[in-house]
This record gives sequence, C-alpha cells and structure tokens, in this order.
Amino acid sequence: MERQFDVIGSRAPRLDGPAKATGQAVFADDLSFPGMLHGAILQSPHPHARVLSVDASAARRLPGVKAVITAAEVGTVKYGVSPARYDETLFATDKVRYVGDEIAAVAAVDLATALEALALIKVEYDPLPAVFDPLEALAQGAPLIHDEFPGNVCAEVHQEFGEVEAALAKADYVRTDTLKNKRQDGGFIETHCAVAVPDLNGRVTLYSATQVPHYVQRNVAMVLGLELSKLRVVKPYVGGGFGPKAEATPLDYCSTALALATGKPVKMAYTREQVFLHGRARHQFIHEMTTGVTKDGKLLALKHRAILDGGAYTSFGIATVYYSGSLLGGPYRLANMKYDGLRAFTNKPACGAQRGHGGVIARALFERQLDLIAKELGIDPVRMRLDNMMEVGDVTCNDLNMSSLGMRECIEAVRDGSNWEAKKGKLAKGKGIGVACGFFVSGAGYPIYRSETYHSTVTLKVDEDGGGIKVLSASAEIGQGSDTVLAMIAAESLGVPLELVRVESGSTDFGVDLGAYSSRQTLMSGHACRDAALMAKGRILASVAAELGVDPDDLDFKNGVLVSRGPALDIAPLRTRYRKEHRGWPNLPDGEALCFAEAARIAFLAQGSIVGTGQYKPPQLGGKYKGAAVGTSPAYGCSAQVVEVAVDLETGQVRVESVTDAHDCGRAINRTAVEGQMEGSISMGLGEALFEEVKFDQKGRVVNPSLGEYHIPTIQDMPAMKCIVVESDEPNGPFGAKEVGEGAIMPTIPAILNAVYDATGAVITELPLTPERVLRAIRQAQAANK
Amino acid sequence: MNKLALTLNVNGQDHDLLCEPSRTLAQALREDLGLTGTKVGCGVGDCGACTVLVDGQTVNSCLMLAVQAAGKAIVTIEGLADGPKLHPIQAAFVEQGAIQCGFCSPGMILSAKALLDANPAPSEPEIRQGLSGNLCRCTGYQKIVQAVDAAARTLRGERTVG
Repeated sequence: MERQFDVIGSRAPRLDGPAKATGQAVFADDLSFPGMLHGAILQSPHPHARVLSVDASAARRLPGVKAVITAAEVGTVKYGVSPARYDETLFATDKVRYVGDEIAAVAAVDLATALEALALIKVEYDPLPAVFDPLEALAQGAPLIHDEFPGNVCAEVHQEFGEVEAALAKADYVRTDTLKNKRQDGGFIETHCAVAVPDLNGRVTLYSATQVPHYVQRNVAMVLGLELSKLRVVKPYVGGGFGPKAEATPLDYCSTALALATGKPVKMAYTREQVFLHGRARHQFIHEMTTGVTKDGKLLALKHRAILDGGAYTSFGIATVYYSGSLLGGPYRLANMKYDGLRAFTNKPACGAQRGHGGVIARALFERQLDLIAKELGIDPVRMRLDNMMEVGDVTCNDLNMSSLGMRECIEAVRDGSNWEAKKGKLAKGKGIGVACGFFVSGAGYPIYRSETYHSTVTLKVDEDGGGIKVLSASAEIGQGSDTVLAMIAAESLGVPLELVRVESGSTDFGVDLGAYSSRQTLMSGHACRDAALMAKGRILASVAAELGVDPDDLDFKNGVLVSRGPALDIAPLRTRYRKEHRGWPNLPDGEALCFAEAARIAFLAQGSIVGTGQYKPPQLGGKYKGAAVGTSPAYGCSAQVVEVAVDLETGQVRVESVTDAHDCGRAINRTAVEGQMEGSISMGLGEALFEEVKFDQKGRVVNPSLGEYHIPTIQDMPAMKCIVVESDEPNGPFGAKEVGEGAIMPTIPAILNAVYDATGAVITELPLTPERVLRAIRQAQAANK
Repeated sequence: MNKLALTLNVNGQDHDLLCEPSRTLAQALREDLGLTGTKVGCGVGDCGACTVLVDGQTVNSCLMLAVQAAGKAIVTIEGLADGPKLHPIQAAFVEQGAIQCGFCSPGMILSAKALLDANPAPSEPEIRQGLSGNLCRCTGYQKIVQAVDAAARTLRGERTVG
C-alpha cells in the first residue's frame, strides 16, 4: 500500500462530463440518418395462446410501409443468453407466452404509419390457460408453458458443500426464516433503442443502447444468419443499464432485419411501457433459510431453498438461480452449505440480470437471519458478524478465493462512522438502526458462451506526432465511468497526465470485450488497458534508449516526462531533432527532461506508428462441481452498511434517515466514481426495499408500467449518505482494483429490514415495505408480546 | 392534418416551423430543430428528463405542445454554456461527479437553473424540492445536491470552479 500514484486514486472528473452536461453526448435515440425509417413491433395481448395465423397483407399495402417481417421472413433460429438454454425465437410461431411476446415488426416512413400498420396485422389466437404465480406454475396440472420443460421447471440447482444435516444436528441454536421480494424493473431513464444502418456492401452498423456490444453482435448475427464481419455493433452513450440491457433485445434483431430488408436505416425504440413488457430485470425470489450456530454465535451450517419466478423465457435465469445460492459462500466462515434452487416459468415477461445479480434477496434474508440469531443469543449484530468474518486468503466452502477482503475494515468503518455503539438499543420509540454486509464478484470468471476467448482486448495507439494517446476498447461505458477508469489506468501506466488520453469504446470494431455486466470492466478491461499501455511505453522507451545509448530498463515516464534511474541523460540531440520538425511552432517543450511527446515522436520516426495491445482472461479459477462457473471470479468486492430508519407506528410508513456505507473496492481508481456507485446502489436498494414492485392483473398485464406508478426513489426519498471507501490491494486486479458497481447494493435491503426490526420488533417476510405491510407486522408483533 | 406555422424562440433565436398541432415541444426541439440535448425518458411527464425552461419556468417538454410554446422564451440545455465555457451549474455537475449516465442531466441542470434563478441561496431541502420532478437512477442524488449547492455558491461569487 506504499506505492504512490499520480493519476490513480484521484477525483478526476469524468471524461464525458462536459458532453453530458451540455447535451452534446449522443444517445441512440439522438441519432438520425438520411432516409431513416421508423420501426415498431406487434406484441401479443394474450399471456398464453396458440398463434393460429398471422396475416400482414393489409399492413404491407398501407402507403408508407416499407417492410413487414414475421417468423416467415426472419426464420425461427432460437436464441437466449446461455447457448445451452436458447428458448426464444424473434417472433412467435406456435405460441405466445406473455403479454408482450413479439409477433411481427414493421418499418415505415414515420412512427405513426408504423403503428397504424401494426393495427392492420391480423393475428388469430387460440387463448390457453395461463399461470402467473411461480408456486402455481410448479403445481401439478398447471398449464405447460414450454413443451421442453415439464412442470414449468426452467432450471434446478442442488448443491451441498460439507455436511449440512450433521452440522445442524450439532448446533446449539437453529432457526428457519423466509423472505420474498417482488419483481423489479431496471428503472433506467433511457428506454432501449436501436438504429440499424445498412451500407451498399451488405454490411450493417447497429447502434444499440446496450451494455454488451459483443453479445449483441454475436446473437443478432446468429439469429439473422449474418457473418459476424457483416455486422458492427456500436454502443453510443447509454442512459443506464443495471442489467436489463445486458442481452440483445428484439429491437436489435428487428431493426437489423428491417434495415437489410429495406436498404434503409431503421430506428426502433421501446416506450416506457414496453420496457416493462420486455422485462429482464430482477426476479421474484422466495427464499427459505435454516441456519445453525453455536451458543456463542459461530456459524455452522446453512440450508437454503429458493424459488425464482422467471417469467416466460430463460434469459439470464440459469446464472441467476446459481448466483442466488453461491454468493452466500462468503464473506462469513461457513463450512457447510446446502442449496436447492428452482426457477419456474410463468406467463409473464422474462426476468434476467439486475445489479447484484441473483444475490440481493438471498443476501437480504441471510443478513436478516444473522440479526435474529444475534438477538436470540444476546450478541451485538456487529460483533456477531466480526466474529464470523473470513480473512484474506480464506477459501469459501464453494471454492471462492478471498484474494483480498477488507470486510472487517468495512464493518468497523460503518460501526464507527454511524456511532453504532452510542445508538444501538438507545434510540427513541419508532427509530431503529440496522447493519448488514455484502459481497459480490468482480467479473464473471467465464464468458456466457463456452469459449477460450479473451474477455477483453485493448488497443492503445500513440498519436504519430507524439502528443496524445488513444485507447480503443469494445468495453461498455453505460454511465458507470469505465471510459474514465480506462483513461486513468492508461495514463498511470504510461506515466503521462490524464489530459493526454482519450478513449473510444463500445464498438465491436475495437476488439473483444464482453461488456458491462458482473462488475467486470475495471478489473478485466483495466488489465487489458494497462498491458496495452505498458507495451506501447516499452516500444517508445526502447527507441529512446537506443538513441541515448542507455538501458531501456533505466528509463520511465513520470507526469509526462522522461526520467532515468541510471546515469544523467543528454537529451539535447533528440530535442534538436524534434525542434527541427517544428520550426515556427510556439510553446515547444524546453524543460530539462524530454517530454512524452518528444520521446513518442522519436519512437515513431524509428518504428512507425506506436501501438500497444493488451488482453485479459481470468486465470484458472477454483471449483470443479456443477455450477462452479457461476460465482467464481478473479476477485470479490465487499461492503457493509448501517441504516437508520424512522417508522411511523400509527401508519407503518418507513423513512430511511441516514445510511453509512463502506465498500472495499480494492484500490480506488477514481474516488468520486466509487462513491457514485455506492450512492447509486443505495438508492436502488432503498427503492427495492421500500417501494418497487412490478404488478400484474389477472390477465398477465403490467398494471403499473410507468415511472409514475412504478416508484423509483426520487430526490425526496433519499437520505444523507456517508460513503467510506475502504481500499485493499487486490492481487488479481489492475493496480489492485476490483468491483464496486454491484456489490454495493447488497447490504442495503437487509440493513433497512434490520433497522425496521430494531425500531418496531416487527418481522417482515415480504417486500416491499409498504405501510400496510409494515403496519400489519407491527400489530402482529404487538399481539405476540401481549 | 393541417400543419400550423409557428415561431419558436429557442435559446434567444427565432425558428420558423410548420408542424402538426399534436407535435410536442420535445418533438419539435429534438426532431425539427435537432436540439437532441433534451431527452425523453417516458413521454408522460413522470421522469423530467425532457425539462426545458419556458419563460423561466420548468416545463416537461413532452407534455407541452409546440404551439403552446410559440411566442415564449424557451431555454434548452444547448443554451446554457457560453461558447466552450460551461455554465457554472454545468461545471459544478461535472466537477462534483453529479453525472453518471447523463440521460437525466440536461433536465436536472435546467431544473437547477430555474431554482437558482428564483432562489440564489437554497437550503438543502429547497434544493431537493426544486429537483423533485427529475428522476435519476444512477447517482442516488447526493452528488447532484452537492453540485447545485456548489453552483449556487459560485453564482453568488463565494467560490470559483476548481
């Protein structure tokens, strides 16, 4: 931790800040091309029905309509997220399985004409019985949603590490608790949008509001039968993702197909309602956990069952159902863990990945249960967590390796930062304080499709005049700040000021990068970027050393100038050569040391363009058991939060009054960005705890598909947040860095639940914490105490 | 549908347009005038991303018809910076880390401008009240509140942007 950095660890403003503050930043829907058509998708009004016929002839005849596509035109290549579980087709042929399932798409001269054409497509449906509740879907006799999946079982996981029953038998205290949440929505402010632009050589550029240009390219090419080289995917600025933008959408497929059919650019966007119909956000989870401890609170065993409501298709669901179990392996020492997870199909939009993928509600119940155990045993909840905490170098029972773990520091930081000891048990009536911890991967250890591919490649090119550096990466800046992080890593690695670096990212032309999911960009793309920068620097220093007649290992750049660890350098001949090329130029370098631009120019004159490349894939990771690929990661971020709440005991209204948060992100590359991820995570967790629920009616229709009715936190809902950045030195991360974007959400829901329990004694087993639900729980607690 | 001729005064400049009576101000700004800094996140006035100033008041431009804005002074996000020099509110948003994805930022910044024009020294609750019509999913709002406070101090001459 002694190492000094010049760029890393600073509060450098985001590279894209000025563009975003002035409205110059271009998002997908801001794009416009000559002759551009507008597309729209026909979606099923039925939750479950046979599709008997689709007649688009009247739509095709409507003036202004340029193309109509159905399954007859685009085929029925199956796709999804995990290739082993491809279960979607672009357009329904045999059946529709949720309200919103796609039937056809239209491109027309304007959106009004496209929508008018949709109304002219005649679809004959034979409605089938539908099922919306996961438990009902799993019951005998439930309507079967996919013929290939009997019993509506999408996926089952059964894992046991250690010997759970034997350990529970030895426990002094065992308790069982349950928790269920509700389906949630990503709530990003920019709806999905795609613009496909064909050229005259049979190639298409697809501009997509996506987190994963690489996977969009692969999936769209596969489904439409295109060679990969014919499809370039470019991610413009993206207005938030949080998971639901981590897979190709029907907009991506349809706009590309319509662009190829018409030879014209085609723009398609979801309305806000369609974002809800597309779904792919947080599942509903129903968890039951049985935990056994010794009388002094040492964790012995966890037996965990989960049922997930997956909606109509698999999407990310296989990973979700695994993560839901595997992420409880840490951060506490737990030798025995059994997990039985089951994901059910229902006739609702598919659920997918969302911030804290799979682990958020499982974590909420486990941390909730730790508090209930601590109370029963008369142990302070902070103490109980510290006593069970893993240490650096520990390996969980499911083979997750704690290569760095600032968990203890996080708990101590929030304990002291919140003044816990002065408050716990001493607050006024209706006030409560709660603590919880969290833990998350820093990048998935394996790609979504089986491959030995690099997870990230970066090309770094030094300007031929030496004056600047360009980083080319296919990574996805979606607001989290990855472009700025890559620039800072490049600047630090090269030894130059940040201002010299610019980043171009988000295009599949720039290489392979698996994208912004599983909190992987800083660690994985950061590695590739650092290595690319070091290669370029090595090439420059080799030329300079040869010119100066010194050992290149003695040379380096620091703050943009050449430094020598060896003998003093005579730079005059090199400076003279540089100056000769710049006769008449003002402001030429005249410091004592050779500056980066001079050195890079000398290297160019000797070698041509100076390019460095870097690539990263995770090392061999632990775990040979089935499902070990989900949860293993090169590193793990961890965090703790203390939440204070006020509960109105008459109405059940919960208000979060303050949050103290500490997160171990390894080495913080950009402190402001780390805090931003922490604060945003708290906001999302608070919304999910208190308000958020996608609701359906009896016919499977979303009844609150708007940001007014689906309540994400407003500025008035958010409390003061004190964010403490805990730094560790992660050996597997670039400059010691690891994740913050998702792990930071983990403690929020349980800390709120624990604080509400502290305030009221009410045991709440269902989210969100609506006033009626809280009030009912308070009355039950009061009745039980009488 | 018959199109209407109207003149929109945007960022101090008059623009003559022919548009359908049903065209929203957001559509006219984005599609007819190419001012895509105004974002549309919901189209029904929930999110505030399309906030612009009309005669100094914040308006959800997705809910106002273009014809209703004729003859009024409209300010969009493109009208704030002075050439390459950011407006102090914009500079504070950049400096304080109040921007992540940036989709809500134009509307948020314009709401902040309306607030600070009316109240140069708002308290924190007043800042929160002033921005309560603008949703942000990325930041948790804390750095936005800090940025508005910093901008207010800059505009009052109590600090210079770093």
